[in-house]
Formats: sequence, C-alpha cells, structure tokens
Amino acid sequence: MATDSMMFVFLNACIINNFVLSSFLGICPFLGVSGKLSTAWNMGLATTFVMFVSSLCAYGINLLLIEFQLEFLRLICYIAVIASAVQLVEMTLKKFSPVLFRALGIFLPLITTNCAILGLALFQTFREYNFLQSVAYSLGAGAGFTLALILMAGLRERLQLSDVPNVSQGAAMSLMLAGLLSLSFMGFAGLGN
Amino acid sequence: MTTNTSAAHSEVKLKSQPDSMDTFLRGIWQDNPVFVMLLGMCPVLAVTNSVVNALAMGIASLFVLFCSNTLVALLRNFIPKQVRIASYIVIIATFVTVVDYVIQAISLDLYNALGAFIQLIVVNCIILGRAEAFASKNKVGAAMLDALGMGIGFTLALLCLGGVREILGNGTFLGISLFGENFQAWSVMILPPGGFFVLGAWLLLFNWLKERKDMKALSPDLQLAETKN
Repeated sequence: MATDSMMFVFLNACIINNFVLSSFLGICPFLGVSGKLSTAWNMGLATTFVMFVSSLCAYGINLLLIEFQLEFLRLICYIAVIASAVQLVEMTLKKFSPVLFRALGIFLPLITTNCAILGLALFQTFREYNFLQSVAYSLGAGAGFTLALILMAGLRERLQLSDVPNVSQGAAMSLMLAGLLSLSFMGFAGLGN
Repeated sequence: MTTNTSAAHSEVKLKSQPDSMDTFLRGIWQDNPVFVMLLGMCPVLAVTNSVVNALAMGIASLFVLFCSNTLVALLRNFIPKQVRIASYIVIIATFVTVVDYVIQAISLDLYNALGAFIQLIVVNCIILGRAEAFASKNKVGAAMLDALGMGIGFTLALLCLGGVREILGNGTFLGISLFGENFQAWSVMILPPGGFFVLGAWLLLFNWLKERKDMKALSPDLQLAETKN
C-alpha cells in the first residue's frame, strides 16, 4: 500500500496512529464524555463532522496564507476558522436536525477547545497533504476518535458494576484503562510499512 | 477532587484575609491544574517522555499563561461580554505564535521533539480556563500571581511525569545515566501507554494519601468516642 494513498492516510489516522491513544489529542473529551455509550457515540459523530468541515476550511486558508506569504498568521487563522466552523455546525444542525442538536447539547460548543481538531489542521499542514488526502485524513481521525471513545465508554459501563477499591475510582482508573487500550493499539504500530 | 477539610479550611482563610501568597500557592498545590483539576491533559501525556521536553513545555505554557492572564486582566473592562471567549483565544494564539518562533530560534531539536504541541498550547484548557475564571474578574497583580502559581504547578506536574518516565524508560535523568549499563530500560514508559500508566499511578498515589489523611482526621474523634463509651 502506497503511503500517500487515501486508504493508507485514512487507516493511519484511524488505527495505526490513533489520535487519542497514540498521539494524545483530545484527551479531555475522551476522559470526560466516555461515561455512557450513547453520549460517546454522539460526541464522536459531532467531532467527526467538525473535523471534516474545519479540515476543508484549513486547507483553503492555508493556500491563501501561502499565496500572501502570511504563514505566521496560520495559528490565529486556524483557531478562528475552527471556532466559526463549530458555530456553523451548531446553526445548521439547529435548523435542519433539531433532534440531533438537542441530543448533542453542551458538547457542541466545547468542541472548539478540543485539541484533536486544531491538531488535525496543523498535522495536515505539516505533512503537506493534498485536498483528497486531507479529506481522508479528517475522516480517519474522526473515525479513530469515535472508536476510542466508544471502546472506553463500553469498558467504563461494565466497570460501574464491578467492585474496585475506593482509591482507584474516578480518573485514576480511567487513565489505567486508557493505558491498556493504548497498549493494545500499539499492536497496529508498523502496519503498512 | 479537593480534600474537603483543607478546602473548607482555605475558604475560611480566604475570607478572613485574601492575601496574595494564597493566590500564588493555590495553583501549585491545592488546585494543581493537572493532579487536582485534571485540565490540559494532552500536553501532559504527550511531551513528558523526557525531562527536558517536559521542562520546555512547562516554561512555554507558563509564559503564555502569564502574558495572556496579564493582558486579559488589563483589558477586562474593555472587552464586550459577548465576544470575550473569541478575544481571549486571539490573545492566547498571539502569544503562542511568539513562543513557537522563539523555541524554533533557540533550539531546533527541541522544536522538533515537541512538534505540534507547542502550537496546541492555544487549546490548553488551563489557559483559557484561567482567563475566563480568574483574570477576567480580578486586578492585574492578582491575575499575574495566579498565572505564576498555575504555571509553576503545571510545570511541576509535567516534571513529575517526565522524571518518572525518563528514569524508568531510559535509565537516565536529564540525559545523565543513573543505573549503569546493566539496566534494562522499560521502553513501554517512553511509549504512549506509559504516559497513561504513570499519570494514573500519580493520581492513585494522591488519592491514597488523601484517604489516609481523611482517616487520620477521623480517627481522633473515634478514639474520643470510644473512651467515652
């Protein structure tokens, strides 16, 4: 598989270098919103959508910035684009799918400070992906984020029923679980080389 | 997450004398952004595979936090309420761009080791959180002290993780070999899972200490009750 094919870019972002478990992006929602399977799924979908939109916008903005030799403004532009993309997604959802909008609730505005989104935009710039690769990369990253969130939520739902020592409850336990998940994802490292 | 007794104690203390030392120390120990508030986890886990990286990240975040807190506190009466978050983000992004170029100029190796995580300081929740929760409501001096305390607390937490991970995962501290040649490095500590495990272990340790403290605080009362019986 060629390393620049769309399929490889997708798999790379989704599994081999999973955004959450190998690159440590988006840990806050990963720990915060993974308590229930249904919310984890919704959060994953919303994040994937915002990733897709902001990746497209970031690609366009980057071309413009290079055209005018304003690369030092990249960070400020990206974060502004992401904030407005989140706002846009919020308004679109409210208009066309009020049910989904209510289901996502507070998670939507919080996506702005999810570092996976900005990380995605920055990584695709550093790696100089073309348009199609950027699309594949954003979808792969979104799928990987959703996958990690769902796996974690499933584990934590089961864990609620089990008897764990007082000391290890809460964040400490979640981090240990995340470590084990990350360890298992290490098995994919080196895939495709 | 805060210890009930100490939190209540500090509140009493705050009400009686809101001294600046307390503002400064809160961030370092009582409200440590990483170990107590669990904020800004991404850089904490990602760049702590060596002490040097952890220190550089801590100082970079401290600088951005200090500058943005100061500026937000200075402008707190001029920024309209509706656009405050956007204004804070633009302020923070400006300082992060400065830090990004400064680190690139000082050490390119360090810049490559930290990668995108320097630029990702923009979305570190600690910085936006302090701007919104503290700097926008307090005077410049207090905001500066708060930023220093939080920044130092963050740096210390990064060093706690970076130290453990480098010592176990590489057998070195700041690049100096500690255990001699026969040491078998635990390479998992340098790899991503190690970050989760070490942070989890630190949280376990703090939980355990807290529980022991609570037990100790309780036990004199129990003894008293038993002697009365």
